[in-house]
Parts: sequence; C-alpha cells; structure tokens
Amino acid sequence: MDLYEYQAKELFAKHGVAVVPGKVCFTPEEAHAVATEIGTTVVVKAQVKTGGRGKAGGVKLADNASDAKDRAQDILGLDIKGHIVHKVLVAEAADIAEEYYVSFLLDRTNRTFLAMASVEGGVEIEEVAVNNPEALAMIRVDAQVGCTLEKATEIADAAKFPAEVRDQVIEMLQSLWKVLVEEDATLVEVNPLARITDGRVLALDGKVSLDDNAQYRHESHLALIDNAQTDPIELRAKEFDLNYVKLQGEVGIIGNGAGLVMSTLDVVAYAGEEFGGIKPANFLDIGGGASAQVMANGLDIVLGDPEVKAVFVNVFGGITACDAVANGIVQAVGMLAERGEPITKPIVCRIDGNNAVEGRRILDESGIALIERVETMDDAARRVAQLAAGK
Amino acid sequence: MAIFLNADSKVLVQGMTGSEGTKHTRRMVASGTNVVAGVTPGKGGQEVDGIPVFNNVGEAMAATGANVSVVFVPPKFAKAAVIEAVDAAIPLCVVITEGIPIHDTAAFFQYAENSGKTRLVGPNCPGLISPGLSNAGIIPGDITKKGRIGLVSKSGTLTYQMMFELRDLGFSSCVGIGGDPIIGTTHIDCLAAFEADPETEVIVMIGEIGGDAEERAAAFIKDNVTKPVIGYVAGFTAPEGKTMGHAGAIVSGSSGTAAAKKDALEAVGVRVGKTPSEAARLVREVLASR
Repeated sequence: MDLYEYQAKELFAKHGVAVVPGKVCFTPEEAHAVATEIGTTVVVKAQVKTGGRGKAGGVKLADNASDAKDRAQDILGLDIKGHIVHKVLVAEAADIAEEYYVSFLLDRTNRTFLAMASVEGGVEIEEVAVNNPEALAMIRVDAQVGCTLEKATEIADAAKFPAEVRDQVIEMLQSLWKVLVEEDATLVEVNPLARITDGRVLALDGKVSLDDNAQYRHESHLALIDNAQTDPIELRAKEFDLNYVKLQGEVGIIGNGAGLVMSTLDVVAYAGEEFGGIKPANFLDIGGGASAQVMANGLDIVLGDPEVKAVFVNVFGGITACDAVANGIVQAVGMLAERGEPITKPIVCRIDGNNAVEGRRILDESGIALIERVETMDDAARRVAQLAAGK
Repeated sequence: MAIFLNADSKVLVQGMTGSEGTKHTRRMVASGTNVVAGVTPGKGGQEVDGIPVFNNVGEAMAATGANVSVVFVPPKFAKAAVIEAVDAAIPLCVVITEGIPIHDTAAFFQYAENSGKTRLVGPNCPGLISPGLSNAGIIPGDITKKGRIGLVSKSGTLTYQMMFELRDLGFSSCVGIGGDPIIGTTHIDCLAAFEADPETEVIVMIGEIGGDAEERAAAFIKDNVTKPVIGYVAGFTAPEGKTMGHAGAIVSGSSGTAAAKKDALEAVGVRVGKTPSEAARLVREVLASR
C-alpha cells in the first residue's frame, strides 16, 4: 500500500524524522483554520498518490489564511494524472537553502535493502540516475544488521553531504531506517530533504510504501487505507477476499493461480487482435480452492463490470479436481439465477488437469446454454474474443 | 540425476501436523517421496500416518537423516522455522508459505546466505519435483513422468500447465521458484544446475513481469548455457503499477515489462513462445531435431 504524503510524514514524525509542521485538510475552510494556526506563509499541497503535482498546479504557496483558503479551493477537485484531489496538506512554508535526496528501498536484484542518497534533490531521482549517475550514492544495507551509525555515515559520505548537514543527515538516515523496519515498509523516500536557511535539515516531502503481507502486525495501518481512489468493483472483490484487478476490456477473466491468469490475459489479448482489438476486462485469481461459492463470487464480480461481453473461465486443476471446479461453475450459475440475477453473457470454459474428463462431462451435461466448453487455452481465447466481439 | 531433489532425498515437513501440512504430506508420500519426519514445536513424539513428529529440525535430522525440509508453517512463524532449518544446516529448505512479510524473508534469506549450508527454494512457491523420484511441495505428482526436460518457473499454475502440455515427454526436474520479490533459488541457479545435469536435454524457463531476474538469466544463458532453452513470459497485458497476484508481479517504469524480458531472452538465442502452448511446441521441435 502506497501512502499519501501526509500519512508518510506522520510515520516519519513518529520515528523521529524531522518534518515541517502541517495538517491534512478536506475543505477550504479547514485550510483557512490550519493556516491561521500556523501563522506564517504556508504551502498548500494536493494529496494524491502520483508524482508531478507541482507541474499540474497541485502545490501553491499562500501568504495568509484567506489566501490558503483560496488556494485549497483551486486545488481540491483537480485531476492530476487521473487522480482527483480530495485532500490537501497545509504546512509551514520552509525557506529552502539546499535540496537533497535520501531513500531506503527493497533491492530485488541483490535480495536485500538499498540506500540511495544524493545532494541533488528536488528533481526526479530517475533523472539524476540517468544524467548524473555519480551524484547518486547507492549503498546496500544488510537486512540483518540494519542502518547502524557506521552504515549511515558511509551513506552520507558516499553522497558527499556537506559538513554543515552531515550529522543531521546521518541521524535522519537512522530514523528513516527505523520507519522502514518498524513499519514494515518496502520504500521510504524523502525528496526533497532540505536544508532550510536556519540550518535545520527537514523532510519536505515523503513517500512510503507498506508491505501488505505485514498488515497483521500493524493494526494502526488499517486506518491508513483510503478507498476513495479504488475502483468500486475492486472494492467489492476485496470484500469477497478475491484477487481482482480492473482493466479496460470486454472479456471477463476467471482463473486459478496468478501466473496462469496473467497468461490468460495475454492469450485473450492476442486472440482479440483478430476481432478488432478485443481485450481482457480484468485479472481475477480465484486461487486453489475454486469451490462453488468462490466461483459464484468470482462470476458475480466479473459480470458486475458492464463492459464485459463474455467471460473466460480458465482453470488448470492441479490440486483441485476439475469435477469440483465444474460443479462450482454449474452451481454458481444456479446461485446467481436464484438471486434473480441470471447470467445473460456467454461463459467459455477451458478446464484441464486433475479429473478433467469428469469435469468436462459435468459442464457438457449441465444444460446451461450459455456455457460453452473449448478444449485448449488458445482455442478458448479465440472463441471468447469472437463472442465478445459479437461475431 | 535430476536437480536438487532425487531418489536419495529424505524429506521432513515443518508444520506437518497442520491441516495443509498433513494434506500435502500425504500427497508427497503418494507420489513416491520418502517423507521421514515432521516437525512441530511441542508435538514431538506424535505421529502422522506413522511418520514421527519431532520438536525441532535438528532432532528430526539426527534421528532420520532428513536432508530436505518443506515448510508449511503460517507466515507469522515462517521466519523462525527457516532460521531453525538453517541452524540445523539442512541442505535444502523449500518454503511453500505464501504471504510472508518481506522484511522476514529478507532476514532469513540473508541468514541462509551467511550460513552457506542451506539452499532455499521459495518462499511463496509450489516447491519442486523430480518425477518418479521425489516431490517436495505441492506440485501434483501425477501430471507427468520422468523425462529429459528441465523446467523452472516463478508461477505454480504455469508450471503445472507446462508439465501438462509436455506430459508425454516427461521432465527431469520442475522447480517452482516462487513469485515473491525476494526468493532463494533463482532462474540462474536452476539454469546452472540443469546445464550440469546429464539427464536434462532441454530447459524451459517461465518468467513473469516484475524485477530483472529474466534479463539477468538471459545474460547468464549467453555465457554459460549450451543446452537449448525455450522461454515463456506472462504479463504482457499487465498495467503499470498494479500488483497481479504475486507480490513480485508488478510493472514499474520501463524495466520489468514482459516485452523487455522477451527481448532480452531472444537476444541471446532463447526462443520465446507467445503462449504456453506455443512454448511447448517449440520444446517438441527442439527435442525432435536432436
């Protein structure tokens, strides 16, 4: 889960990373109140989980409270790269002398963690990495040892932080590492990290990604979840505990196993090229079990997408027996009919693997006209693309 | 021969007394695996289907000569379980558990690396099978038979799909390395082992979006692999920034895309199938021409 800037800064403050005082606001009036409280020039910043806010007009300075209210009015409701602004952060405007960059992140390639630091902050760090790679220090951090004083010193010196901020940066690196470890984050990033004119080093922006697998040991993280930006069908799928991702397309996809479902999306997209660019409408992995109830939930979710014209159920019975899967499909269709939502769109099924012969017999003899069984994955993808194209 | 797992493998199951552990122990035994022990702290002295349960991995190894551990314990206890196995210096530890926090995996991976004694497979993987010899994990034992194809894959169900497509030809070993951002055994480790295995004639490598493991595997193939390699990559239609089921399957920026992986593999002479079936056809072509 990616956090908003204000949430990241709350976690920073909790672990001793120096941040600028500020507060999240949902209305222009709240922005007025917060700016009054702060009493100096403030910065009003759109809270969206994407970059490029400044360029999009999502970050504005305000000299006084009524100005802050007007700026919040301008920013709230803005569309920044498809993200609608529902909240702004109103914070003390810092008098910046210099901008730096620091982060800790998961390093998949080396299977450990990585610190990145640069005295050239405030710009896209990817650009620094490409245009001026020697200005970006990258230091591996042993997951077991962590960012000790020694390691933090190594990072700060590798990035050539100037003497007047070195000690503050070393301390901040250690605090940031605490955020990474104690909050189970996969990324903590400060850009810019700024020296302000009074000499202090502060985190002016913050990015944190939390590890969803570690949710169970962080009850407080539940409060950080914001579903305002989540697709409504994805939210319903989450309630059913289904792994669903909404895409733009016409063929609803249900399968078992993340890899097979990803592969199914690709195969449908290839087949769809022949039919005027038919595409998969979603990713949905129903996992190993595939009971009737899970299948019914899956069909329910996929058919809830009005763009879906046809559904492709692609199951390889490894541990699960295909007859159980077939029974699941038949019962799911029955359950939906009982609920007064009978299926109206064709369902192409390909089932292979454990007990496939019996599974196929069950589907063939189900008498459900909208179920069509196809032998192979490639042929089934062609057929479902054809049906979705109305041909 | 096969890789990592063979007829001499003696398997212990960490978490054997749990429902998943018991279920899959039975499946492993049914597919010919020599399961010699279970480990559950506090349940030493019990038995599951006549297989003795011990309190810890060290005791189980001492009493039974086990040399492979398969870990089924829940995510919360996985780190401790793996560290215990590494402390006992078990040569192969296969972590099936899904949903382990990445900080835990990073820690136990580093621990195993530092020990230099334990090969980790997984986590969040289906395990590995050397058909007809031994099966450590949850891969169905009856899809295919012993043969000359070596298979390495991030994805479980795509492993099964490929085993099924080529079931008449058979496999030397199939390794499901798992889809998490940090995994123990990599594509490269398996490619090296298959290259060295006289029973493997052709290698199938299945990848998916996320990370740069496939790109690095391509570089490795160029310099080190003489046997034919057929590739398949899943996730061409995956949108940027969205997790597709596997924690590692997320495209960020230009690196990690399926297209980049396919290009990297093809650039070193690996033929890459557009679909799993096409990859299977390519394998048949290669074997027929030898």
